Amino acid sequence: MGDIAAFLAMGGYADFVWPAYGVALVVLTGLAADSWRRYRQSTVVLDRLQQRRRPRR
Amino acid sequence: MINWLANPARFTRISARALPWCGWTAAVVLCVGLFWSLVLAPPDYQQGDTVRIMFIHVPAAWMALNIYLFVAVASAVALVWRHPLAEIAARAAAPMGAAFTFVCLATGSLWGRPMWGTWWVWDARLTSVLILFFLYLGYIALVNAFDDPSRGGKAGSILALVGVVNLPIIKFSVDWWNTLHQPASVMRIGGPRIDISMLVPLLIMTAGFSLFFLALLMLRMRTVLNERKAGTLRLNAGVAPAPRPARERAMPAHPGRS
Repeated sequence: MGDIAAFLAMGGYADFVWPAYGVALVVLTGLAADSWRRYRQSTVVLDRLQQRRRPRR
Repeated sequence: MINWLANPARFTRISARALPWCGWTAAVVLCVGLFWSLVLAPPDYQQGDTVRIMFIHVPAAWMALNIYLFVAVASAVALVWRHPLAEIAARAAAPMGAAFTFVCLATGSLWGRPMWGTWWVWDARLTSVLILFFLYLGYIALVNAFDDPSRGGKAGSILALVGVVNLPIIKFSVDWWNTLHQPASVMRIGGPRIDISMLVPLLIMTAGFSLFFLALLMLRMRTVLNERKAGTLRLNAGVAPAPRPARERAMPAHPGRS
């Protein structure tokens, strides 16, 4: 248990090290999630449009 | 290679296969890199455990610069050769560049507070990176400000190319001016001046960020291609004028005024 506490304490710099990693994690995963959501949305819209066109041709 | 990939249909086919590979490799490499950075790497003899911020901060800074270079080169290709994918690549990459620049600034600030005693100083390195961040935001705002994506792309490309002047300023700011920021210790003449135990996680994190960038770049380019295709379909379904060939559509609507 002491090992984990020492790890989390980061030699007394926990207040700076963990937020730095946290910011990177939040920003990059946020960007990835948003990109993925927009991609899914764009495929759904495109599929719907293509389906609507097909019967007329 | 670039020429060969510049065909949208071919890009769609290849990226569909490369994307999952790239994404999962990025996840694995980043996990290894994080473990190495947080656990295996030793604390610095002067900076203690704050040195671990470097494993995020420095790769993020490299990504910020390299993605800007990528956006600028893609913009130049889009302006000069009118490659259909080049402008889309620049557009897709810019938000990632902004994100990495933000991460670089935020982690730098969190590192500066315990080591320099201040969150921020208006010196050459920090200010020029802040300008890089604003250049990214300006580019993103500009390309989205036009209804016609080709006009927005053109305006953004010009901004991206003008902003390239900032890159050497960032790179050499630590040599040209007095600053709190340390000079380069990896990308320097005479080889890196950093211990191997810290160089390894630094390079792993850089590889992870690069793969992450590549995967998201493909995903975001596919999104733009989908959106453009949907836009064309919608236009054709309505009372819009007869579809013009893609080549003609890339030309300015009012040649006399452009």
